[in-house]
Order: sequence, then C-alpha cells, then structure tokens
Amino acid sequence: MHPAPSIIAFTALSGLGLGLLTYLGFGAVTPRGWSAFLWFGLGYGLTLTGLAASALHLGRPERALRAFSQWRTSWLSREAVLAALALLVLAPHAAGLVFWGRAVPLAGMAGAVLCLATILATSMIYAQLRTVPRWNHWTTPAVFLTAALAGGAILTARVELAELALPWLALTLALHWILGDRQFARSGQSPETATGLGPLGRVRQLEPPHTGPNYLLREMAYVVGRRHRMKLRVIAMILACLIPALLLGLWPGWPGLIPAAFSHLGGMLAARWLFFAEAEHVMGLYYGRR
Amino acid sequence: MTALPPPSLKKLGLVIDLDTCVGCHACVIACKGWNTENYGAPLSDLDPYGAEPEGTFLNRVHSYEVTPESGAPVTVHFPKSCLHCEDAPCVPVCPTGASYKRAEDGIVLVNEDACIGCGLCAWACPYGARELDALVGVMKKCTLCVDRIYNEALPERDREPACVRTCPSGARHFGDLGDPESAVSRLVAERGGIDLMPDLKARPVNKYLPPRPRDRLQEAPPDLAQLCEPGTEGLTGFLGWVDRTLSRF
Amino acid sequence: MHRQPRLDLSPPPSDEMRQTTCYMCACRCGINVHLKEGKVAYIEGNRDHPVNKGVLCAKGSAGIMQHLSPARLRKPLKRVGPRGTGQFQEIEWEEALSLAVSWMQPLRETAPEKLAFFTGRDQSQSLTGWWAQSFGTPNYAAHGGFCSVNMAAAGIYTMGGAFWEFGQADWERTKLFMLFGVAEDHDSNPIKMGIGKLKARGGRMIAVNPIRTGYNAVADDWLAITPGTDGLLILALIHELFRLGRIDLDYLMAYTNAPFLVQGAGEEAGLFLRDAKGTPLVLDRRTGEPAPWDAPGVQPDPAADWQGHKTVLRLMAERYLSPEHAPDAVAERCGIPAPRIRAVAAELARVAFEEEITLNQPWTDFRGQRHEVMKGRPVTFHAMRGISAHSNGFQTCRALHVLQILLGSVEVPGGYRFKPPYPKPVEAHPRPHAGVTPGQPLDGPHLGYPLGPEHLLLNEDGSARRIDKAFTWENPLSAHGLMHMLISNAHAGAPYRIDTLFLYMANMAWNSSMNTSEAMRMLTDTDASGAYVIPHIIYADSYSSEMVAFADLVLPDTTYLERHDCISLLDRPIGEPDAMNDAIRWPVVAPDRDVRGFQSVLLDLGARMRLPGMVKEDGTPRYRDYADYMVNHERRPGVGPLAGWRGEGEGSGRGAPNPDQLDRYIRNGGFYSDHLPQNARFFKPWNAAYQDWAVARGLYDKPAPYLFALYSEPLARFQRAARGLGPHQPPDHLRPQLQHAMDPLPVWYPPLGDSLSDPAEYPLHALTQRPAAMYHSWGSQNPWLRQIHGMNPLYVPKKLWEEHGFQDGDWAFLISPQGRIRIPVARMDALNERTVWTWNAIGKRRGAWALDENAPEAEKGFLLNHLIPELLPDPAGRRRPNADPVTGQAAWFDLRVRLEKAPPGAPSEPAHEAQISPVPKAPKTLARHS
Repeated sequence: MHPAPSIIAFTALSGLGLGLLTYLGFGAVTPRGWSAFLWFGLGYGLTLTGLAASALHLGRPERALRAFSQWRTSWLSREAVLAALALLVLAPHAAGLVFWGRAVPLAGMAGAVLCLATILATSMIYAQLRTVPRWNHWTTPAVFLTAALAGGAILTARVELAELALPWLALTLALHWILGDRQFARSGQSPETATGLGPLGRVRQLEPPHTGPNYLLREMAYVVGRRHRMKLRVIAMILACLIPALLLGLWPGWPGLIPAAFSHLGGMLAARWLFFAEAEHVMGLYYGRR
Repeated sequence: MTALPPPSLKKLGLVIDLDTCVGCHACVIACKGWNTENYGAPLSDLDPYGAEPEGTFLNRVHSYEVTPESGAPVTVHFPKSCLHCEDAPCVPVCPTGASYKRAEDGIVLVNEDACIGCGLCAWACPYGARELDALVGVMKKCTLCVDRIYNEALPERDREPACVRTCPSGARHFGDLGDPESAVSRLVAERGGIDLMPDLKARPVNKYLPPRPRDRLQEAPPDLAQLCEPGTEGLTGFLGWVDRTLSRF
Repeated sequence: MHRQPRLDLSPPPSDEMRQTTCYMCACRCGINVHLKEGKVAYIEGNRDHPVNKGVLCAKGSAGIMQHLSPARLRKPLKRVGPRGTGQFQEIEWEEALSLAVSWMQPLRETAPEKLAFFTGRDQSQSLTGWWAQSFGTPNYAAHGGFCSVNMAAAGIYTMGGAFWEFGQADWERTKLFMLFGVAEDHDSNPIKMGIGKLKARGGRMIAVNPIRTGYNAVADDWLAITPGTDGLLILALIHELFRLGRIDLDYLMAYTNAPFLVQGAGEEAGLFLRDAKGTPLVLDRRTGEPAPWDAPGVQPDPAADWQGHKTVLRLMAERYLSPEHAPDAVAERCGIPAPRIRAVAAELARVAFEEEITLNQPWTDFRGQRHEVMKGRPVTFHAMRGISAHSNGFQTCRALHVLQILLGSVEVPGGYRFKPPYPKPVEAHPRPHAGVTPGQPLDGPHLGYPLGPEHLLLNEDGSARRIDKAFTWENPLSAHGLMHMLISNAHAGAPYRIDTLFLYMANMAWNSSMNTSEAMRMLTDTDASGAYVIPHIIYADSYSSEMVAFADLVLPDTTYLERHDCISLLDRPIGEPDAMNDAIRWPVVAPDRDVRGFQSVLLDLGARMRLPGMVKEDGTPRYRDYADYMVNHERRPGVGPLAGWRGEGEGSGRGAPNPDQLDRYIRNGGFYSDHLPQNARFFKPWNAAYQDWAVARGLYDKPAPYLFALYSEPLARFQRAARGLGPHQPPDHLRPQLQHAMDPLPVWYPPLGDSLSDPAEYPLHALTQRPAAMYHSWGSQNPWLRQIHGMNPLYVPKKLWEEHGFQDGDWAFLISPQGRIRIPVARMDALNERTVWTWNAIGKRRGAWALDENAPEAEKGFLLNHLIPELLPDPAGRRRPNADPVTGQAAWFDLRVRLEKAPPGAPSEPAHEAQISPVPKAPKTLARHS
C-alpha cells in the first residue's frame, strides 16, 4: 500500500495524542493550570493535527463532515465519531484542570475510554480489510493500542508505565512484522486464484492492461525492497522502543523524556511507513505484483 | 446508508468468456467514452499527451500466460471491471453512504455527490475495480451502465452496457444472474463459470467462463489411416485412388 | 438500514446522432456519431451496418479523441528551415495551391514521370489513381507493396480473390477455421465477430503464428511456427491430403484447371496444351484423346499422362507426394512436431469430408447444368501479413489458396466466400501501364496484373519505366507497386531522378519505411550544388506526423468526421458474401481549422492544371469538390464511384448520376447494400444466377465464369522466359531467381533474407505485430489509446530470456547486419523459441504527434525498421530490393537478428533529435464533458 505521508502522520500523531489523552483522562497524571494546559494542549493538538492530516488524504476534504454519518457500518465513520466524542467528553475534565485545578473524573474516565475506542476504531479500518492480509490480523489493533499507550506514557512522563508499555510495543511490532510476513501466503491468494485460471496451470502476467501508471498501482501496489524493509524495521524498533527505554532508564526525568519522545515518534513514523509500504493488497496479483 | 440491502432477486451482472476474448480493448474504450459523457463526473486523463499519461478507466484488460504441467503456454486476455458483489466489501466501509448497492438489481454504485474521496472502498475491493478520479477527487467505478440498461431514450436493443454492445467477439454477456433460467445463468452452468478469489467471500455476481482445453491436436487419429484404402502411399497409390474415385462418379 | 439516491435512468444520450464510416483503421465500420450542442460527444458502432453490425473496436470508439487531437494541422505550411527540422510558416491555401501547381505543371508539360505521387493509407485510390493517370505520370501507387500484395496477387492469380475485401469465411456455417500469420492486420472487427460466432456454435480454430496473442490466444490449437516456413507447413498438409486421398476430386474436375494438360517438353514446355483456337485441352476419358476442356460432355481424366503431357493434378501429386514434403521432413524447420502436422491435416480432412453440409438450394452452373443442392465443406482459412511479408510470401500465399481449393472449400457453404465485386479472375483485371506522353494522360491504369513478360513495364534498353521498378524482371507481378523503394530509388536516381515527390497519408520518414534513419537522411540529402537531391516534397496529412517535418509544402487534411469519402466498389470495397455494399463519409461536423479534404484539394489542383476529366470544355472546374465527384463522376457510362440509388433512385450499380444520391446514403446510415438472390449466393465464379446478377449491376460487362488456377500459367510464361525462350528475355543474373520464384505450382524456398544474414550469426527472427488497439502511427496522438500502448518492449522467449539472464526492466541490443538498436525487453513464454517480437509503430520521433518530447513513445518505444535494409547485398553491386521476387512485396518479416544484454535505461536508441512541432502545445489535463 502507498505510504502516504498524510496517513502516516495521521495515524502516528493522533495515536500519540490519543494515548496521551487516555492517561490524562484516567488521571495517571493530574496536572493543573498551565501545566494542564500544556499537556492537554499537546494531546488535543497532536490528535487534531493528525485528524487534519487525514483530511488531506481526501479527494473532497470539504465534504469531510459527511464521514460522521455511517457509524453503524463503517469503521472510518466510527473513528471520526469516536474521536469527536472523545475530545468532547474529555473537555470538561481538561477545562476543570486547566481553569479550576479540579479534575472531572467521570468525564476523564469516559473520555479515556473513548480515546482507546478511537484508537481501536482507527486500527480496525485496516484490520477489517481481507484484501490486505498483513493488516487483517489481531496484531494490527495490538500495535495501534500499544503504540498509543507507550507514546502516551512517555509524554505523560510516567516512566514506570513507559518502561512497561515499551516492551509490549516492541513485542507487538515484532509479531506484526514476523506474523505479517506469512499473512499473504496464509490468505491463500495467488495469481491463480485471482484469475481463476489455476486449474489450467501457473499464471504470470504477460502485459499490464495499460503501459502507463494508474491509481490502483500507485495506491495499492507499492513495492519496497526486502533489504530496505529489514533495515527500516531495525531502525524503527531502535528508535521507537529501545532508545526511549534506555533514555528513560538512564535519565528518568525531563532530560531523558524529551529526546525519548522524539525518538519514539521518529521510530513510530518509520514503523507506520512500513505498516503501509509492506502491506500488500491482493489486487496487486492482477498486476503481477507480489 | 452503507448497509447492504437485503439480497435482491434480480442480480444484474456480466459473464465474461475467457475462451473468446481476444484482448482487443474495445470494451475498455467504449466504457471510457460512454462514462466520460454520462453518469457523474467525466473520466479524466492527466498529462494526456505527456511523459506519464494517467487516466481513470472503469474497465481494463489484463493479459496472462498460463503454463500447464505439460504443453504449450496459453495466453489469456482478462477484462476486469466491478463484479457487483453480493457481499460487496466496498459498501459497508464507506463512511459517508456514497457507496451503495441498489436494492432492486444489485448494481453497486457511488453517489458522487456524497463521496469524500477517502479511497477506503477501493482498498476494500479485492479486484481493483474502483479508481479515484484525480481531477474531481471522487471514486469512479463500473455502473453496469445503469444509465443505459433502463434508458427509455435509447432503442430497446441498445439497452445494455456499452462494453457488451461494442465487444466484437461476443465475449461479454449481460443479464440477470439471479434468474437461473436467464441466458447468462445457463451459460455459466454450461461452461462452468467461476468466481474470482471466492475465499474472500465477496460473492461476485460477475462470472468468468474459463478457456476451453487447448492444443488437443497432438497425434493424428489412428483410425484415419485405417479409413484410407490401402495403397494411397506414393504416386502409384494416389493414381489408384483417383481411379477408384472416378469409377464411383 | 439501506437508503439509495434516486437516479435519472433515462438521460438522453445526445442531441443528435449522425451515421458515417469509421477511419480509425481500414475496416471501414459504420459508426453512430453522437453530438451534443454540435460537438462530437460519443461514437459507437452502427448496428445496421454490414461490416460491423454494431460492434466497434477500441480504435473506433476512441475516434473522438483522434478527431480532437492536438496534433491536427491547422493551415497550409511552407518550409522555412532545413528539411527534417520541422520549421514552417503558415500560409494561405491560395499560395499553397499555386506553389504546388508551379512545381507540377512544368513537369506535366515536359517530363510527367518526374512527379511521383504515392499514397499511404489512402481509401480513395480510384480517385488518386485516376488523377495520376490524367496527369500522365507512371509513378503512382499506394501502400500495398509494403502491406499485403503477396496475399492479394496470389489470390487473384489463383482464384480471383484473396482475403479481407475479396472474401471471407462463411462465418455462419464454418466448423473449422485455420488462421495463418494474423495479428490485427486487417478486417479486424469482422474476424473477431466471426471467431465469436464460430466459438458460440462450438466450432474450432487452429492458429499458425510464432506468437500467441490476440486471435491466436483464443485458438483451440496453436502451432508456434518458425517465421518464413509457413509454406513448408502448408505443402506438408497438402502432402498429407494427397497421401490420404482427401482432396475433393469432383470439385477439382469441375471448377479448377486440375485436369488441364501441361506440355512436358519443347518450346512451350510448362504451358497448357491448347487447340488451334487456344482452348486448353484435357484428356477425354471417353476417347482417350485430348479435347477442349469446355467441350460438351467431356469427361476429363484428372491424372492423365498423355505423350509426356501431364495433367496439373498429376504434376501436383508427383511434386507434393515426394518425401521432401512429408511432415517428418519439415518438422524441424517449421518448429512443429510431425505428429502435430499430421493431426492437423487429419482434422482438416475430417471436417471437410465427414462434416459436409448441404443446403437445399438448387442452382445452375455456367455449363447449364442444374444442381439440386449446394454442398459445402465447412473448413475455412484466413491469412494476411504474417505469411505475405516474406520474400517467399507470394508462393506461400499461393500454397494456402491451393490448399483450400484442394479441400473443395472455396465458394461453398461453410467455406471461403467471395464478396462482390469479387470474384474477378486475373484476366478480368487490367494490365499495368506506363506509356508517358508529355502534356497527355498516361496510356492506361498504372497498376494491374501481367499475364506474361510482354506486360512488363520496361524500356527498350531493359531499364524500368517506373521509379519503383515495379513490373520489371526483379519483381514482375508487382501489382501494387513498390512504395518502399520510392525514396531509395529517387535518392539514388535509379532508374532516374524525379523532381517532385507528392505523398498523401504515408509516414515514409518513420514507420512506413525500411531502414528509417537512412530514409530520413535521403530525404534531406543535398547534391554538390547544395540543392536537395529530391527537389520538392509535397505532403498531405491531417496530423503532425514524422513525415510532415520533411515536406517543403504541407497540405492539411481534415479529420475523418469532417470530410466526404467514398468506400467505392471501384476501389477497396466492403462487400459481404451475400451483398454488394458501398458507403460514404460525410462531414458530420465542420472543421474548426483552415483545412480541406485532400480529395477536394486534389480535384482543385487537377482543375488548375487543366487535367483531362477535371475541367469542363470552358476550362472551369468540372467538380465543385469531392462530394460532387462522388455523385457525378462516371468511370463508364452509368457506372460511378457510388453504386446505390443511381438514376431516379432505383439504380443499383448502373444508372445515371442522381443529385440526391448522398442524401439517400445519409438517410440509410451512410451505406448501401444490395443482396444476392438465394440461388446466387454460392459457387459465384460458376453460378449463372450470380453472373447475371453481377452483370446487371455493372460488376462485369458480360458473364465471365472461369476456372481456378491450381497451376498458374502466367508464372510459367516467366519461367519459360528465364529458360531463354520467347521474345522477352530477362537479364542473365535474374534467370535463376525467376526460374525458382516463378514456379507455376506452389513452392517453398528459404526467405532471401536468410542468405543476407548468416543464420548462425543472426539466429533469431524478429517480427512486429499490430496491436488491436492501435493503427500504425496514428494511435499515439490518442490519449486513450496511448495509455494502453505507450511504449513497446521486445518480447523474448523464455529460453533466451534465461540464457541471457534478463530481469524485468532490462534492456538489450538488437542487432542485424543493418545495425543495432537498444531497447527494453520483456519475457514471453507463448512464443516460438527462435523469435523475438514487438508491437508495431509505437515508437515515435520526439516532437511528432504533438506529444511531449519525453513521451514514453520516444523514451521507451522503438521501431524495428532501423534494422531492416531496403536493399539486399549483391556481389555485383546491383540494387536488389529486399522484397519478394515475384511481387516486390517488402520482406519485413525476413529480418534476422541477434540479442545482447545492454546497459539499462531510457532513451531507446537510435534517439533521433526532436522535430519542431508546427502545432500548439497539447493540454495538460482532459476531462471532456459536453
């Protein structure tokens, strides 16, 4: 799948923001006044930036509000509704801490649950797709949730939570990659099933339908070299998990937190790039891809 | 709403005969022409005379080589457009309700006025049947020429999809696959029509008829040699044959 | 929960629909052109049209984009820079026409042969030929010489017609269809429709082609033949039919020259034994004595050997039963296992003789004998360029025609069927003419069919009278001329120099020339004085093609939707087996540029030069324009370009000009059909009812039944000359070539190109095929079609692919003795192991066709033409055309090559410098909506 910067930014930033807001909502930290303003501002800011980035991906962004209508069937619609609800429901809690120095735990808890639900909904947009076997797997929601929780823990400076979440993130990422590598084969799809010509013999593409590029190929038949992928996986793992864990272990205070947060974000951007770039759509079988 | 409607009795679709398709792309261009002028936004082309021309097409013809266990490879031309699936995975994923399946005949359409161009329906489609038009930013797909098949402004004989009307080799058939007695259903039954990627459970309405067995003439049938009178070998044999034949006149 | 929007299910498709004829290839299908607000909106096939019955190919449907192409020329152009660079100045028509007349008129008065007028994909050859004849130059032809003259000429000499416009399979009834060497050459929609019908009925198809694409892909059996060996295969099939006694003896006795006696010795050896009146003789079994073949009650002995004079059938049996024609002897060279050849022969025989079909339709033959039924052998064939574009193509095509005659499947139910105005035997065609008198018309039509050496167009000293050396000993039966030799000969001044080269719709500076880079050089070459070797070049075309850049004067033509045309019975007709048809084009929209239909321009030029037939007695133009000519011109009294609605509107074929004629065509959808009566539909060459029907319509002036020529006596006359007999003698160096190439019975010899290239050094055959969605070079200006074929790789068979270690995206050098090109490669498995191939005419010169200079057509497209010489090497230094020695057909497919891995990356080489585009820049996006 095409690793579109808008979608990578969307999932990485909103995941981080929602992770932060989850901790804030649950009261893992209860900042007050300016520090609450900064923390909630960061959480809202990251989430809204991510959502805005996702709108860039749309062909007709001016119609984005229509996406709130189909929550009964569409995970994308659910995500939009849940994100809006999460930010709304969390608002009294945030406002209470910023302006009055008082938490509104009910709103905070409900908001936090909605944040997690939003992350889950985002992940389900991908995980639901039988057409992309690598995504169509429990590790997709697992990665999205552990990433949000690890990132949120770093941003909330809850080092012990971060040190707990980061190994889980490392584990889910590794599982997503390793198990994901087998997913396409496990899906059983091949040029033979795609064309239905399997009973006649082995199928290979002779000519593509058009010699020029098209939307399908650009969007869904992205090809990334294996060596490049492996290098990026290592980099993503080191930046997203290993370095933050080391930094927080060595300097549990602010000196460790800021570089850890940036390293984690960098690693997650790489991981998200891989999440898309490595994912193969069965449609590519028609074009001799895979 | 993007919930799929209750299954319709009428299931309009195409049956594509891979035994007969010569890969001429006539259907591709007839489709492009009709749908550029009709249903929704025109199908655009970017850089049409340039280094990387790229346009929207609702139907494309692939070419494959199929190599059997033994024997010569076979070339198969393979037209592909929306299969109007019964469990169309592109419909429920749509966040706006733009993508829908018609309750009365099962045609899968995009209401372009409601489409935000998120592209998720194209991701959900196993068959690469949906293309986001780069110029208007909405999803385009085969409409089964819904604006032809019921069109009272067209002569009755023209009320079929543009690709079917134009196909020179008669490799494309249009009809009601929900009716087991329809011509298309009978064709599917006779020729062993197949679904593409059935495991993905989209239950496509369009069916493909596999190529008939190829390259059967490997050895002369032994009975023919026996059928010939003895002595047709060589010139003498031939002259004898001529004599015997003439005597029968 | 489900909700859906309300749709308008009955939008009007257009404001208005106009019916005309397609011009996106040479099929000439009927089209419905839908207009919205006066502009073309959509094109579809005309369901009532005899050619396509509603269907339309990709090119046809994309016609709208051709009509709107940014490459359309806009105004006459006069060259202002060096030739080939594309620097022009737009001028007015009056200046353009005066300039053309100022070049041509003096030639007509002094040396008409110094004008060479050649047309390419011209569909108005009866006009252009008539014009050239009226001008008085012998130098006129169309593109048949590099197209398929072998097929046409072999068919005419053998049976009075070939494939495509001459005839086709009985698609309604045939059960087995065998196709040789056809990609998408011609007759494309009818063949696709026919294959569809055949398959729907459960009929079967065998394809013989090195490459399994297109029609070959849907064939039930595919014979991956090695190029140039089709003749060997066909003769092996004939061997098998003779061996098995599976030839239609009744048919051969009744309708062919099989029982004719051929003189075995003496001065006239090889010619038919004739009586005093000149009638060929057969051996009458009743008397044991020779008798005229058409004597009442004669019972010919088909296998006679009378005093050393043997019948044609006997000669054939002797030749084809010999072991050298056995499947085992040819299998290796053909690349097809012998058992498979035997299986195919057995299948042809089985279907022909065991699945015979009978129509309960009485008919009467030319002998006056009534037949109660029509019996048919449901086996049919079709072939085109793949077998004809070899230097052994004429004989191979002859072999194929003979094969279908031996099976008794020509002009019978289920078999091959002629399309009126065919059949037309060689005797009924004209002879070639080149009699030049300054200021006067030529002494007759340029092109024709020689019956013997006396019909060659040679001067007293043996030199050629035509610039292309057509109808000379080098290629005696060059019925379509040799357009491919035009530039080379004109440049070399061999046989003489010309002054003005006038071309119409022929991309001779690119894909329509062999040895393209050299052709481009010849067009721009100068003499010692600095003047161009070819002093004047006038070119007429609709689009900014590669050839435009080489013209001194460009006459811009209209698009096909803006013009009148006639698809005439006098030209290349569109008959069906059951009907005589013709059609028109008419301006369904007006041009928005200062352009004129070329045919009208030609008539205008003719009138300005006062050419006979083009001016009235008072010197004013006889025809207002081409439309006026189409209605009012008469070739013979009562016979004109259009057959329909003559006289008061009832005349079919014959009748006075009818001023309402074009209206009648337009009201009828742009075409005219006149159907045959039931009893005239088959056995046309011998069917009295057909002959009478054809005479009534002016197709013949009197009934002209004839016999098929298994043995071709005109060829024997040339062979006899080669033996030193007769008053017309070839130069000595051509005697051996004539002796084997002009064999009166089909024969196979290796393609001459094989002697040009050492097969060990150049082990591969290189071919091009026309893709179904592109027609020559035209398609690349069409944004819909160029997305399908924007570049062309060289397809390499799997074995070779692996030997060279190629990977996807690799490039290779392709090398022939002529030169080397660097090109992208791709793998193909369903391909003859000794063959590489690519799609034809995708490669473009930078700057042409209004495309971006970095267009993939220039970056990753290429032409094989660069590798094909127009001349074969000759030890004596003679100019020996790379062509069939019988007809002069360009031997494109003889090309031998070798392959080497090359550094990857565009552009393909040779990379020619860009030409300057004379048309405005093309738009950046397209989203047409009326």
